[in-house]
Amino acid sequence: MKPILEVSDLHVTFRSEHHEVKAIRGVDFTIHEGEVVAFVGESGSGKSVTFQSIMRLLPQPPANIDKGTILYNGRDITKISETEMQKIRGKEIAMIFQDPMTSLNPTIRVGKQIAESLMKHQKVTYQEAKDRAVELLKMVGIPSPSERVNQYPHQFSGGMRQRAMIAMALACSPKLLIADEPTTALDVTIQAQIIDLLKDLQTDTGSSIVFITHDLGVVAEIADRVAVMYAGKIVETGTLDEIFYNPRHPYTWGLLASMPRLDQTRDQDLASIPGSPPSLVNPPVGCPFTARCPYAMKICQEQMPETTKASDSHQVACWLQHPDSPKVENPIVSRR
Amino acid sequence: MTKPILEVKNLEKTFQIDRNRVLKAVDGISFEVFPGETFGLVGESGCGKSTAGRTIINLYDASNGEVLFDGKNVHRLKGKNQKKFRREMQMIFQDPYASLNPRKTVMDIIAEGLDIHEIANGRSREEVVYELLETVGLNKSHATRYPHEFSGGQRQRIGIARALAMEPKFIIADEPISALDVSVQAQVVNLMRKLQKEKGLTYLFIAHDLSMVKYISDRVGVMYLGRMAELADSEELYDDPLHPYTQGLLSTAPIPDPVQARQREKIRIKGELPSPLDPPSGCRFRTRCPHAMAVCAQVDPLWVEAKPNHWVACHLYPKSNPQ
Repeated sequence: MKPILEVSDLHVTFRSEHHEVKAIRGVDFTIHEGEVVAFVGESGSGKSVTFQSIMRLLPQPPANIDKGTILYNGRDITKISETEMQKIRGKEIAMIFQDPMTSLNPTIRVGKQIAESLMKHQKVTYQEAKDRAVELLKMVGIPSPSERVNQYPHQFSGGMRQRAMIAMALACSPKLLIADEPTTALDVTIQAQIIDLLKDLQTDTGSSIVFITHDLGVVAEIADRVAVMYAGKIVETGTLDEIFYNPRHPYTWGLLASMPRLDQTRDQDLASIPGSPPSLVNPPVGCPFTARCPYAMKICQEQMPETTKASDSHQVACWLQHPDSPKVENPIVSRR
Repeated sequence: MTKPILEVKNLEKTFQIDRNRVLKAVDGISFEVFPGETFGLVGESGCGKSTAGRTIINLYDASNGEVLFDGKNVHRLKGKNQKKFRREMQMIFQDPYASLNPRKTVMDIIAEGLDIHEIANGRSREEVVYELLETVGLNKSHATRYPHEFSGGQRQRIGIARALAMEPKFIIADEPISALDVSVQAQVVNLMRKLQKEKGLTYLFIAHDLSMVKYISDRVGVMYLGRMAELADSEELYDDPLHPYTQGLLSTAPIPDPVQARQREKIRIKGELPSPLDPPSGCRFRTRCPHAMAVCAQVDPLWVEAKPNHWVACHLYPKSNPQ
């Protein structure tokens, strides 16, 4: 598979007069054509900021890309001008956000909002764009699209607003779709509908999807590969099955164990991760998970572990992978 | 058999929207909760589960029906009895940011009930608060701080300490973990379970996360558009869901296991929740139900015990048919 997005050594910092928050601290990953990659992590782990900075959606200042390259189809998009970026944003790479109420303009009819992006990127008339908007609304499963196209966002339900957002993102057939917690604000039954829709659209169009979420249940439904983020770093990445059935990083173990499974018996406590993530104003020198890690060693505090390969597709940044480290068994019994 | 601590009988709660429109948020639900158990109440947003919780604790008046706590109607309590009820039943809220007064110290937040009920003052007030902080996994030094200095999980612990200050018998937890990160959710759930064991608490746990509800609850009630659709022991409900809505909910709830996710048969619930201002006739779920029949539009299904201790309101189960 051809890589479509290659990010290496990305550092993003938010600076204010008094603080410097090092939100992204050296992130490397590649998204290939036609794959669905899930980015998981807790709030503040940097999963949204990574993609907002790739899309240049963060106001600068306070945000700043200190270091790193972002190759989109082989071209470094950190180096291009804002005008050139506008040709990529919305057309090549599109984004869906968590809260469709705040990301749709309440004063503009839904159809016009979809048509806007078409007119911006393609030479079409308003009428053509609006006809296309009706088709798009139909494609994402909105009933009576020719009436809905003239309505305002408040006349849509939460699930329909998210569908409209997806229609808008798909308007120019982007090669890469970034979905930032697209189902978090939705009810379970509607969430399932939106996941099905995204899966179908992905199969039909062959575009790549980045799915940002904190819900491992959703990840299991949709992803081909998973990247686990913690305190501004990717601590583990692998295929869906590698992350769920052969996880290597203690944080991934903790995340998986803290979700109750439907076959979980009630007499055992949930394995929780004690404490909370470190502040990124003064991030720890070593592994950021040290303070919460039951297997922490002296070296963990002093030095960030190198990323090591567990397989060709599976990478972990943890000192336990070092040949001199004590052997620690994954405490989660494999469920396969 | 033990006597229930809480009996909800045909509870209704309506809100007048304007002169002509009435919203029936809770439309005749009945259930019992026994001492020491956790009763889970699940459903999607707008199903009336939070309104039910708030009516039970008498934040809202009941429009119809009654709520008996220790055999007494909570909406009729006066004077001393009402004060006692206000102590015995406490609530933990969803949003730990909105439910703590940002201008008060943690000490004053937790001690507010102690002050109102004149339970403790001076040194003993302080000591009670310190002890509560320890109980919920915080410490003394946190007492002088303000809510904004805490993380979401810590704030939820403060909310729990505030509820515990009244030494309640019964706690209504309204989505207590849905605003928290996964790893922190487990911490709070473990804490709630530990407290239940130590203090013999009874919980009404309101949530939409089915796997968490199954894990924490002894029995579970499923609500849809103001009505109770199904009620059973949690194991039983998950092993053999009877109502098509429950079946759909369970089969679409994301499970953190790719192989299971690929293999399981999914029952998709189509469409969206109808407006509660204009609910469908007959069975509320019929507009989205894969098994809808003619009778569903005409007749309200009865609330019947389809299997021992397993209640359902659905025409697929013959006894639900009033004729």
